[in-house]
Amino acid sequence: MTQQKEMKKDRGKVWREIKKNKGPYLLISPFFITFIIFGLFPVVFSVYLALSSWDGIGDMEFVGLRNFEFLIKDAMFWKSIANTLLIWFISTVPMIVLALIIAFLLNSAFVKFSEFYKTLYFLPNVTAIVAVAIIFGVIFAPSYGLINYFLTTLGFDAIDWHNNSLGVKVAVAAMIIWRWTGYNAIIFLAGLQKIPESLYEAARIDGASTKDIFLKITIPLLKPVLLFVVITSTIGGMQTFVEPQLLVGNSGGAGGEGMTIVLYLYQQAFVKNLYGYGSAIAIGLFAIIMLFSLINWKVVDQKK
Amino acid sequence: MKGFKKVLLHLSLSFGVLLSIFPFYWLFVMATNDSSASFKFPPKWTFGDQFFINIQKVFAEIDFWGALFNTFWVSTISTILVLFFSSMAGFVFAKFDFPGKNKLFVFTLATMMIPAQLSLIPMFIMMQEFGWIDSYKALIIPGLVSAFGIFWIKQYAEGAIHDDLLNAARIDGCGIFKMYWSVALPVLKPALAFLGIFNFMGVWNDYLWPLIVLNDPSKHTLMVALANLKGLHQTDVAATMTGTLLGTIPLIILFLIVSRQFISDIAAGAIKD
Repeated sequence: MTQQKEMKKDRGKVWREIKKNKGPYLLISPFFITFIIFGLFPVVFSVYLALSSWDGIGDMEFVGLRNFEFLIKDAMFWKSIANTLLIWFISTVPMIVLALIIAFLLNSAFVKFSEFYKTLYFLPNVTAIVAVAIIFGVIFAPSYGLINYFLTTLGFDAIDWHNNSLGVKVAVAAMIIWRWTGYNAIIFLAGLQKIPESLYEAARIDGASTKDIFLKITIPLLKPVLLFVVITSTIGGMQTFVEPQLLVGNSGGAGGEGMTIVLYLYQQAFVKNLYGYGSAIAIGLFAIIMLFSLINWKVVDQKK
Repeated sequence: MKGFKKVLLHLSLSFGVLLSIFPFYWLFVMATNDSSASFKFPPKWTFGDQFFINIQKVFAEIDFWGALFNTFWVSTISTILVLFFSSMAGFVFAKFDFPGKNKLFVFTLATMMIPAQLSLIPMFIMMQEFGWIDSYKALIIPGLVSAFGIFWIKQYAEGAIHDDLLNAARIDGCGIFKMYWSVALPVLKPALAFLGIFNFMGVWNDYLWPLIVLNDPSKHTLMVALANLKGLHQTDVAATMTGTLLGTIPLIILFLIVSRQFISDIAAGAIKD
């Protein structure tokens, strides 16, 4: 009895608080309403879809974990994961190294025209991915492209950038590197400029070498920024889609050498109309992103 | 020695700049020559005089002006709505106290971690149910309020809007919406400018979602139309390049005008995280 009364009293209190603050709640509510409809509900719905078999026209059939059993045995799904990881690796590592170098160069005291440099380095990032994929598709064209022209002129064999297993990934990675290196350089530069000059001066007075300063001051203080760049690059890299789709098409090219996880999701759901199976892939993708974000966090966090 | 270092520094940076702008140069070369130039070994390195002929080919293949208009319209409407709703919420989170405020704000930030692809299929099915396929509602309504926008405006509003100003408005009998509209909005202009351009570019360049929800070619946005142009014309490289050039140039110009402030805001948004 008393408990019920108390609960009623509590509920009354909550309502009074909401009424008292109805202005603020009303003004922030559009976000939460759109999130529930277009953010939360679809996530729950995707779990339900993943447990169903549906082609979008007939009846939806509950199949339990069958889609996931299929997924685990699906060679193309594993291939798409391996491809995505390889592309992520061969794009992220050079990108971070290059971005760090550019940031250090821009940060050195001599540089005039730094606004000019920053603008041109950032320019690729505001270019649409579709445009990047179309332009690089021509530069990396198998028979007459610019890269193959250079390769053959230098005496190497031309590479089939659409079908060669590593070739497709290099071409896709080149697009990612080009579009994101300048962006990350700007982020690193902002991080470098946040490190107070007095720290460097104090270290120099203590007789620290440039190498010591770099390893013991710059890198540790740059760690949060590095973590940001690694995590955003990982989340972006796991979602690679436009570049391979426009380079080799929905099939991922001959043998699926350019098949990424999201391209596979797109193909299964929107080319083959397998909504249930597509949703199972989406959940697999989500799990992989979570896992990698966690690993990134741990690795960067331990590098003291 | 110092002079030598300086030269080396500028040489390295200039080399990076060359790599950064080369694809644009190549785009111009391809768009101003005819397609046979792109099959030449060694390639033709200079601009040609075929640009206007190529433009005509683009216009014959896709409804370029229609797609440009669609893209402009969708990007503008979306941006206006995002600015309105996000700044309203960001202002409230920055300047008012109410129960659950911190939890709600952390929750807002956490929603940014959910990858959009997870809800791609359910969202498509919902759009079908709502009858929003081939409607720009599908592009505008789900992104009505941006979590990043709320975060961005809150950060700015905390420092920029003085409590005295709000108290004075309160004494004058202003309600919360009036405070937002007449006191906060004018002060928030610089933060709104960045958020607006950022959102405008995002909607303009978006590809996957418009590709899924827009079937009717007359409804296509530029990016979908460009991808189509590429698919239609595996051999007519010049026309595809010309379309790509025309479709990207508006945003490039916009960026060059605002680049200084835009770049510093991008860095600020990332570092404050």
